[in-house]
Amino acid sequence: MTFLIKGARPLGGAPGDILIRDGMIAETGGRLDAPDSEVIDADGLVALPGLVDLHTHLREPGREDAETVETGTRAAAAGGFTAVHAMANTDPVADTAGVVEQVWRLGREAGHCDVHPVGAVTRGIEGRQLAELGAMADSAARVRVFSDDGHCVSDAVLMRRALEYVKAFDGVVAQHAQEPRLTEHAQMNEGEMSGRLGLTGWPAVAEEAIIARDCLLAAHVGSRLHVCHVSTAGSIEIIRWAKSKGWQVTAEVTPHHLFLTDELAESYDPIYKVNPPLRTKADVEALREALADGTIDCVATDHAPHPAEAKETEWAPAAMGMIGLETALSVVQAAMVETGLLDWAGVADRMSVRPARIGRLAGQGHLPEAGAPANLTLYDPSARTLIDPAASVSKSRNTPFAGLELPGRVHATFLRGRPTVLDGRLA
Amino acid sequence: MKRHLISAADLTKDDALLILDTAEELARIADRPIKKLPTLRGRTVVNLFYEDSTRTRISFEAAAKRLSADVINFSAKGSSVSKGESLKDTALTLEAMGADGVVIRHSASGAPHRLANWVHGSVVNAGDGTHEHPTQALLDAYTMRQRLGGLDGRRITIVGDILHSRVARSNVLLLNTLGAEVTLVAPPTLFPVAVDSWSCEVAYDFDAVLPKSDVVMMLRVQQERMNAAYFPTVREYSRRYGLDKRRMAMLPNHAVVMHPGPMNRGVEIAAEVADSPRSTIVEQVANGVTVRMAVLYLLLGGSEPAIGTARARRDSE
Repeated sequence: MTFLIKGARPLGGAPGDILIRDGMIAETGGRLDAPDSEVIDADGLVALPGLVDLHTHLREPGREDAETVETGTRAAAAGGFTAVHAMANTDPVADTAGVVEQVWRLGREAGHCDVHPVGAVTRGIEGRQLAELGAMADSAARVRVFSDDGHCVSDAVLMRRALEYVKAFDGVVAQHAQEPRLTEHAQMNEGEMSGRLGLTGWPAVAEEAIIARDCLLAAHVGSRLHVCHVSTAGSIEIIRWAKSKGWQVTAEVTPHHLFLTDELAESYDPIYKVNPPLRTKADVEALREALADGTIDCVATDHAPHPAEAKETEWAPAAMGMIGLETALSVVQAAMVETGLLDWAGVADRMSVRPARIGRLAGQGHLPEAGAPANLTLYDPSARTLIDPAASVSKSRNTPFAGLELPGRVHATFLRGRPTVLDGRLA
Repeated sequence: MKRHLISAADLTKDDALLILDTAEELARIADRPIKKLPTLRGRTVVNLFYEDSTRTRISFEAAAKRLSADVINFSAKGSSVSKGESLKDTALTLEAMGADGVVIRHSASGAPHRLANWVHGSVVNAGDGTHEHPTQALLDAYTMRQRLGGLDGRRITIVGDILHSRVARSNVLLLNTLGAEVTLVAPPTLFPVAVDSWSCEVAYDFDAVLPKSDVVMMLRVQQERMNAAYFPTVREYSRRYGLDKRRMAMLPNHAVVMHPGPMNRGVEIAAEVADSPRSTIVEQVANGVTVRMAVLYLLLGGSEPAIGTARARRDSE
């Protein structure tokens, strides 16, 4: 298949044409001709490298009522992603070569985007014994990112060993930083709102204390640490300090933590319940600045689908998490681009180049230049989209952005030269 | 007034005074041989209790029955709730049964907010988790008014587990609305972290606050808080934050002692204090029925002139 994309603006720059042939970007330039190609009018669209998500819950195996690899990767493609990392907290847990290979194969069969399974750090994500990290790394899924996400590897010795062990295959431990004792029964950010609403607080220090410890551990053993879903201003200070020492620490932030605050809990609508919880306006501002200055390396969705009944309850028993694949780029546009904090080159860096590098994905995260694999997203920043949960491609509807009008719309997504989305519709 | 009573913050000063004045009118009826009013005849009030609280349920039940409402008691025990029916499905069931008002008691903060999304009738919060208990605050205010006259400028001291207390939250909000000055006293572990954002004073030294208090309200402290290291021992808590005879003697002569119940005698309140003439604890129970009648009347009664009639009757007597 050959596609000639006419008039797109690579990374928001000057308009030009992009020729895609045999899964690669064959040529870019002012005006190209290719008689055998299908022409795509991309006038006014921004061309970005296909987005890479380091943090997706696809729920399969085990919770196919919430999401499957098929539906989750369709949602990813619709959101402009060409690769996602599937978190390990499935049932059974992705803690063996068998399970990660199953998820990886399901991704290949679905074909909407690359699926890179994340391996559990500990067996059953129970925090007691290391899972067979090497077997997962050597499997067909070639796992490089390991995480007990949903749970913190709180045992300092286990965390140290995991960080050390994955060095053998250039792996990274992605930590869900949450000191468990400080967050027992925690429901929302601890602060003015939690006190007023009578909901048990999730203090910022429970995240920051673990991040500080893990940065020191990573430095001590010379390993790579990735911090999942950073949510507080204090965490940023610690990560900034660790990076200033030259330590191999990277971090992600979710779109919802860049956009929403804990005041939304006032409705007691668990659509706003998420872990880590929504924080304050000051935290949101600090997160935006940290993403802009690179202290936070990338945006990761923490797409967490849940069936309706898990959210149509009182706050306390409701499930934590929000879907986010389809809205991620729009939220980043609103939070980062329209505020002048990032340009489109910056968005490409934070949503594709850097996450691909952290995940060690050789075929992803390449800028749209000749010779690069044709993983590409065409995005219309001038569109406005009213977020309708009923229209979500994901099997679940738990979006906190329902009813909001967000900027932008994904026009097309190409996975190695093959369109997964065209004209805003799944191909 | 709003359609629901979920938070004490739902009430303006006029709303709160209307409830208290209405309760006063209704109290006069309670002194008559026939206590019942026809006001809510044909209306259905459901007491939806997910948490054991015999005293609050009975209080609401008596209030609704004195207004001639049909009362359905729906408690977690022996209902489909124990089989795992969701609050939403229960709400839809109540809706289908035509509940005009739902009084809900729930261990989850915010459950009444959620319920209000799913039923058309009025929702009255009878205590939700560690959030609020607005009718308790109303009956407390009513009791204070009875004992002290007005509430404007009065100094109310609330002592105990503020962090987990729905009574404290509702009282701080309502007493502020009514112009009183509230001081909260507790060990620092039992305050929410951002309590300084509340419109009240915060103190750790109980003794220092006593001489300038018109009201001291003692909150129940639960033994299990000790296990979570909120304080070292019950004895130490009692020594530092319990109201005993010595501390009672430091109060001004007119000051009263309140407790929402149930009390831990010998822990937060000494028996001789609980049983002293300053104590309003038994009055609070009686006032509970009256205040809840006023709330149900005002939320469900619509334009029925029951109160006006009562007043007219009294005037003609």
